[in-house]
Amino acid sequence: MNTTADNAATPPAGDAETAIALFLEKTGARAAAYLDACIRCGACANACHYYQASGDPRHAPVNKFRMLEKAYRRHKDPWAWLKRLSGFAPADPDIGDMQEWQELVYDTCSMCGRCTLACPMGIDIAQLVAITRAGLTAAGLAPEPIRSMAAAARDVGSPLGIDAAQLRDILNELSEKHGVPIPLDKEKADVLLIDSSLDYKVFQPTLVAMAKILDALGIDWTFSSKGYEASNLGLFTGQEDVAKAMVERIVTAAEDVGASLVLAPECGHGYASIRWEAANILGRELPFEVLHISEYLARLHREGRFGLRPLDHPITYHDPCKLGRRGGVIEEPRDILRDLAPDYREMEPSGVENWCCGGGGGVLLLESAAKTRLEAFRIKMDQVERTGAEGVVMACAFCHHTFDNGAEHFNWDRKVEDLVQLVAEHMILPGNGAATGHPAGH
Amino acid sequence: MSFLGFVEGPLFTVAAVVFVLGVIWKLAGILFLGIRPDYATPRGSALGGAVITNIRHLFPRRIFLANGGLFHFLTGYAFHIGLFILLIFALPHMTFLKDRIFGFGWPALPRWAFIVMAELALGGLLLLWIRRLSDPVQRLVSEPADHISTGLTLLVMLTGCFALQISHDVLRAIHMLLADLWLIYFPFGRLMHSFTFLFSRGMTGAAYGRRGVAP
Repeated sequence: MNTTADNAATPPAGDAETAIALFLEKTGARAAAYLDACIRCGACANACHYYQASGDPRHAPVNKFRMLEKAYRRHKDPWAWLKRLSGFAPADPDIGDMQEWQELVYDTCSMCGRCTLACPMGIDIAQLVAITRAGLTAAGLAPEPIRSMAAAARDVGSPLGIDAAQLRDILNELSEKHGVPIPLDKEKADVLLIDSSLDYKVFQPTLVAMAKILDALGIDWTFSSKGYEASNLGLFTGQEDVAKAMVERIVTAAEDVGASLVLAPECGHGYASIRWEAANILGRELPFEVLHISEYLARLHREGRFGLRPLDHPITYHDPCKLGRRGGVIEEPRDILRDLAPDYREMEPSGVENWCCGGGGGVLLLESAAKTRLEAFRIKMDQVERTGAEGVVMACAFCHHTFDNGAEHFNWDRKVEDLVQLVAEHMILPGNGAATGHPAGH
Repeated sequence: MSFLGFVEGPLFTVAAVVFVLGVIWKLAGILFLGIRPDYATPRGSALGGAVITNIRHLFPRRIFLANGGLFHFLTGYAFHIGLFILLIFALPHMTFLKDRIFGFGWPALPRWAFIVMAELALGGLLLLWIRRLSDPVQRLVSEPADHISTGLTLLVMLTGCFALQISHDVLRAIHMLLADLWLIYFPFGRLMHSFTFLFSRGMTGAAYGRRGVAP
């Protein structure tokens, strides 16, 4: 723990040159094509919840990659040599530029990717922001507490400092308190469940609900103290060592336990990390399947492994960006909810077009971002209210935390609900009554 | 050699060579930077995603039509459609391309259609430029390269309209000179989006197509 604290206290060594080197290292053909295709039309501003909230042109997505573009034009553009020779190359961004851009890429971008939908060129601006974040982190400009949490994740195993011993204590306590088996470190298991620190510490009822469902369905599953943390703050900061350490632990744990399936929890970026990024970070295909818990439940439900007692109030569903728009899991949660809720209502827009809650990408963690984030959350509240639903369901702990925070701030009266908990509460096993009883924490 | 002969002859040849080689250099240079292989087990098709995203981004989504989205769509299409039709089907262009490059001709626009297309293209580009100068976001992010591309294209089109009466050699020579400059500038500035948009949309589509989603 001391190591983590020390790491957190000392900003990573770096300067503008280090950042520029990182910009250039990470700018491949894809980023270059984006930077060269942009015509500065500003259409992306229409899609950005932070720009819509603040009205500040600096918050438009197109503005957020201009620093990266300067470095590209000067050094890596196929015409960079000619531009430098002729004196038309832009100057390198300096540390002052980088300090200014810290707010733009950390406080007012959740990397939700909605701007890509509006861009006539289809530019994945979130990808360019990720590169910019990586450079800023190298320059020592990743904001607290993201920086120290990423260090804790790398050094201890969890951004909230939960080590293997604490994990065992948490799981034992929850198991005893709620009377449900929560296996840890089984020698062999078909399914390895991972979870996020938010669930281990804050949304424990979600963790218990998952355990109850898996237990009721007779799944051979386990947690592993070798790899238990689903979140990956290395993806927020662009720190490859952090990102690699996090996915390596999970992959090692899954391989050791012989799991054919790694089950990602209700954590949008945690799902993206193990489902879409891990194989690329490690440079090899993974020898197991990865599913988000909503995908897995939808599959089991489709197979007739469980039914659902109807919910008594109208609900709507919030698509977590990293799960839906950027992860492809859009229909599966709906498959469950449409069966669960006789009065299921869609937000407008929804699915791939859904508005971000504003907390993703680590924005929720930043006190400096709170004002704009809460203004942006009004868009989400308005969306939910227009459906008339009493409850808004989600499948991401980070979104849930953002909703709770916004609801508290605005004294909002809608129920913020959790997909897994709803399933646990309303599950019916074939030929049996309710399967899991009342989930924890209610 | 007359000035018209020069701009339609040697200078055009130079401009065409710079254009072709420059575009190839730029596109090859981008691709040479490399695309990382994707080892994640796909849920959908990368190729399908690339095609779908290229087509889908031809039109704005309904949710983005407000706040200037519809304006941008209409003016953008007016400009681009007008420009491309003029470029290929305006009688002087068709004749020039037949004589200098292809060796065969094709039906050209009647005069009235030329005027309609020219109005669409000029009007569209002018409105886009006005928006660039007036919209707070576009004003903040626009750089000299954006204005040079727009200004040069506008001048080429404007002089093209003046030169419609092709017996006026001076007007025709000025138009041709500007067209040569436009071709020479093309690979170095924002005009390259005419090619790179395929890469941009395609790469996004491929990446997310693998994830089973088409942004």
